[in-house]
Amino acid sequence: MDIHEYQAKKILSGFGVTIPRGGIAYSPENAENKARELGGSKWVVKAQVHSGARGKAGGIVLCNSPLEVAQATDKLLGKKLVTNQTGPIGKIINRVYIEEATDIKKELYLGLVFDRGSESIMVVASTEGGMSVEEISKEKPETIIRSKIEVAVGMQQFQAREIAFGLGIDPKLISRMADTIIGCYRAFSELDATMVEVNPMVISNQGQILALDCKMSFDNNALFRRSQVSELRDKTQENPNEVYASDRGLNYVSLEGNIGNIINGAGLAMASMDMIKLAGGEPANFLDVGGGATPEKIVKAFKLISMDEKVKVILVNIFAGINRCDWVAEGIVQALDKIDIKVPLVIRLAGTNVEKGNKILKDSKINYIEANTLEDAANKAVKALGK
Amino acid sequence: MTVLIDKNTKILIQGFTGKMGSFHAEEMIKYGSNIVGGVTPGKGGLKHLNLPVFNTVKEAVNQTGASASILFVPPAFAADSAMEAADAGIKTCVAIVDGIPSHDMIKIKRYMRRYSRIEKMTLIGPNCAGVISPGKAMLGIMPGHIYKEGRVGIIGRSGTLGYEAAQQLKNLNIGVSTSVGIGGDPINGSSFKDILEKFEKDEETDAVLMIGEIGGPQEVAAGKFAKENMKKPVIAYIAGLTAPKGRVMGHAGAIVSAYGESAVEKVELLKECGVTISKNPSVMGETVKAALNGKTS
Repeated sequence: MDIHEYQAKKILSGFGVTIPRGGIAYSPENAENKARELGGSKWVVKAQVHSGARGKAGGIVLCNSPLEVAQATDKLLGKKLVTNQTGPIGKIINRVYIEEATDIKKELYLGLVFDRGSESIMVVASTEGGMSVEEISKEKPETIIRSKIEVAVGMQQFQAREIAFGLGIDPKLISRMADTIIGCYRAFSELDATMVEVNPMVISNQGQILALDCKMSFDNNALFRRSQVSELRDKTQENPNEVYASDRGLNYVSLEGNIGNIINGAGLAMASMDMIKLAGGEPANFLDVGGGATPEKIVKAFKLISMDEKVKVILVNIFAGINRCDWVAEGIVQALDKIDIKVPLVIRLAGTNVEKGNKILKDSKINYIEANTLEDAANKAVKALGK
Repeated sequence: MTVLIDKNTKILIQGFTGKMGSFHAEEMIKYGSNIVGGVTPGKGGLKHLNLPVFNTVKEAVNQTGASASILFVPPAFAADSAMEAADAGIKTCVAIVDGIPSHDMIKIKRYMRRYSRIEKMTLIGPNCAGVISPGKAMLGIMPGHIYKEGRVGIIGRSGTLGYEAAQQLKNLNIGVSTSVGIGGDPINGSSFKDILEKFEKDEETDAVLMIGEIGGPQEVAAGKFAKENMKKPVIAYIAGLTAPKGRVMGHAGAIVSAYGESAVEKVELLKECGVTISKNPSVMGETVKAALNGKTS
């Protein structure tokens, strides 16, 4: 789960990371008042959407008066911000963060992620803040400092100090920087995060170390024990169909193509999508109804797919394991009784009781194309597009 | 000798009296697995499915001599149960459960570092279908009947895609020695490489089919291991050609976040290691068949 910049900043400041002063605003008037409250002569209005690269997309505006703050807020609120990470639809701006402008002397990069190879937490730092970590590793790989942290004992002062010295900052700031890095590490490890990124981490002309932009993501599997994190979820930042799916226990990812998929098991779902692509089509979604594929889940899945207007053909691929194809077939018949599907439907059943399952489908009144193998199903789905 | 389990392996069910534990215990018993009892804290002394229930794994191991266990406990308590199994001397533990936090998985693995290589439990999963040695025993939730007895090893992350592979093999009259589901989580108990190592040593296995997917370094690490250490042919399919970068595709671990983690890149890297690639998921069986024939001719 992702959260907004201002939320991540608030969390990190609770772990001893210094952040510029700022406040959240929901209206131009609100924003203007916030700017006056903060004081000073320069402010930054930052669109709060779940995406990086907001600056290039016009989501971050430098203002010289509270009036400009109000005007910038007016322009941003309610607009969809399209960045190189949001896809063409963009993400809606429902709130902006008003922050005092910082006199930047030096921009640094700090990121924490799980390292799946060593199964530890990896801290990545660079002197080249402001660029994405991908850009840094491509253009300035020699500036990257990596440190693997043993989670059983946590990050030690010396490890943080080594990174701080590696960044070549003023020796007077080393201890403060080490504390900042350890603060980020503690936030990561104590809140079940999967990513913490401070980019840029800046050194101001006044000699302060400030987290100027922050991103945090969390382990969905751990949200049950992190209520203070899970309540930060902002569903307006997610694809509405994906929200519908996740609220109903379906694993769904919306994609760009036009062949809708209903499949049991994540691996089989990815494999079926691969087959669609190889057959010359494009999947409209990833959808795993779960290994069990209960009739209730199948009904929900059909409802979900029928909400996606891109879909021109639906492909159902169920490998019945512990459940049985006849139950699955009954689920499909029930679903189609409740939901009107206007596009061609290709169904492939396999596994336990496949003959019985196919017979139930044939004997029902539903209009569908039967497929026998993975390849057959993909080919028939792509062919049905042309009709 | 088979990989991980055989007909005589004494198996405990952790989370025995729950709905999932009961259902799958019965399925495993029907298949012929030697289930000797189960553990549900607070229900020790009772009988369930005509088998003894114990309060702790230690007690269960002492009384039954069990050496394997399978977990059907909710994600929040799964790490605790896995560590309890390791401490009680269980040698193979399968965690079926989906939804264990990554931090908990790391905790289990750090906990297990206290044991010597010989004493250490092999943890399979989580978020997996388990282990089956067709005709011998099943320590998992798969439909046993789709697996034909034979000499091909399977390692996969996904349950249903593994079933698909087993069925393709069966249709070509090729059987399976053991199939191991290592699960779809980013941090798991055993990696592709860990299981490849076991198959290379297994006298009942001639070739190994590895069913990987996008995300993480494990498939490539296994490829390098195969190149340097294996005589048996390794065949691989990597799912997720169409997966966009940075999105989780169902399995918590199925996310492309770095170079070498996309399906295309993994395939290239595996080819460099001499692994035979199944071009698409509908020819996994045929690719294994060709590799087997290549070996015998």
